Amino acid sequence: MAHSNPTYIQIDRPEQGVVVLSPSADIDMSRSPELRAILRQEMGGGVHKMVVDLEEVHYMDSSGLATLVEAMRNASKTSTQLVICNMNQKVNAIFEIARLDSFFSIVGTRDEAISL
Amino acid sequence: MYLCGARELVGCIARRIGFDDMDCSKISLAVDEALSNIIRHGYGKAFDRPIWIGISPIKPTTDSIGGIIITIEDEAKQVEPCKMKGRELHDIKPGGLGVHIIQEVMDEVRYEKREKVGMRMILTKCAPRPMESPRLSDRKCVCITPQSKSRTRS
Repeated sequence: MAHSNPTYIQIDRPEQGVVVLSPSADIDMSRSPELRAILRQEMGGGVHKMVVDLEEVHYMDSSGLATLVEAMRNASKTSTQLVICNMNQKVNAIFEIARLDSFFSIVGTRDEAISL
Repeated sequence: MYLCGARELVGCIARRIGFDDMDCSKISLAVDEALSNIIRHGYGKAFDRPIWIGISPIKPTTDSIGGIIITIEDEAKQVEPCKMKGRELHDIKPGGLGVHIIQEVMDEVRYEKREKVGMRMILTKCAPRPMESPRLSDRKCVCITPQSKSRTRS
């Protein structure tokens, strides 16, 4: 079920070929379909790096995690680098519980993600 | 969708019982995953079907500072409790993580068929004893023994 507010994900293009997605709310089963749709839409087409900035995400469930796993797989197919940044401890905990913390490229800040 | 409300409710009660912020967040996550699984799999993504949540504290004892028991009931299709198992994590793929997360977070996870229709899930977690002194630092909560973990859901 898509969330009623379609603007909770901000899209920035700080450099040629770099896209930064910044969700501004918790990601659960009601919001992850929209994140999935935008990740698919933005992947490929000259984009060589996709950054997911989780600074405003204070909570994520397994549907959000599954969305990012799918995005990582798609990124591999399209030779896009997917980087996650600004993850708080509670969100990081779910990555650790699912043993996926080493599967993703996770850095501290947006600048680090862009320059990686 | 009232998942966020359920998360907040469970997190608030867990905090009052004595769980720290991280544990409160994890317990809320476990409940969120349980509810999501019921909606997604039990009710076939129908968002308007009933789910009941009961929350009880486990009283502190001389050996424990207590814990929380969360009972979740639904009217979804019944499945054999022994079939509720998490998938292997080495196969990295989207989906199927909910049950693993519930089992990882909670001390005990039990599934039962309700009397006439639906399922009942009983989640239990003990509050860890605060590090009051080095002498107590290696004591463990014993209200439900970790060895008794029933990892029965997928």
